[in-house]
Amino acid sequence: MVHWSAEEKQLIASVWSKVNVEECGAEALARLLIVYPWTQRFFDNFGNLSSPTAIIGNPKVRAHGKKVLTSFGEAVKNLENLKATYAKLSELHCEKLHVDPENFRLLGNILIIVLAAHFNKDFTPTCQATWQKLVGVVAHALAYKYH
Amino acid sequence: MVLSANDKSNVKGVFSKISSHAEEYGAETLERMFTTYPQTKTYFPHFDLHHGSAQIKAHGKKVATALIEAANHIDDIAGALSKLSDLHAQKLRVDPVNFKLLGQCFLVVMAIHHPSALTPEVHASLDKFLCAVGNVLTSKYR
Repeated sequence: MVHWSAEEKQLIASVWSKVNVEECGAEALARLLIVYPWTQRFFDNFGNLSSPTAIIGNPKVRAHGKKVLTSFGEAVKNLENLKATYAKLSELHCEKLHVDPENFRLLGNILIIVLAAHFNKDFTPTCQATWQKLVGVVAHALAYKYH
Repeated sequence: MVLSANDKSNVKGVFSKISSHAEEYGAETLERMFTTYPQTKTYFPHFDLHHGSAQIKAHGKKVATALIEAANHIDDIAGALSKLSDLHAQKLRVDPVNFKLLGQCFLVVMAIHHPSALTPEVHASLDKFLCAVGNVLTSKYR
């Protein structure tokens, strides 16, 4: 069980309250597909991913980015219980989607950069550390049911 | 992994913006790395790691200067960083995983101070460049 200090919980809640889930999710997923192009392997049915411009403008990328970050919101609401929260999603990613858990780490790091660009100096070192911890435990929870 | 002409141009573009902030951004990168990844502090038992420490500022400047040097010689990063590569292999022996951690923190610093410059394409190029630098610095490890 991961322990969260009062300060960490506060940093997570205050950042999350200001996040536009649709915009941030779309940007994070687009950057994942652009910065680490091999991640496109999971999205053959997304249509045009042939250039950064195509990826950023792709409506399926935007929609899926929103879906992914909305799910991340569940982590924010259930910090004490992440493994249970993501148990079904973990099974799905293993058994149906066949996603290497390394991809969760890549997306987590991209999300941090998107948050940093959005929050600028408010994204203090302690804030970054807290959020890197959060994306790390989410990645771990999503990988937990892999077999 | 090869840096394309676009990558090189993107990287040079970013570094031309930040060369006057070398000490500041280098120090901030290190501070973020020590805060976010406490295990990286194990390489600096001899440092004062408090915020604002003169040692972090000096070391941050060294790290940033080396990145700037690599960007200025982007066609031959291995040549430009050859001495640093020897140093890391023979003396410092920083585990290779840590270069990715430093890279992540450097990208965060860029995102904070130059968000509009860090377009997805530039982000990709910069990430590739930082990987290339890490590869060069660990290339003589074994």
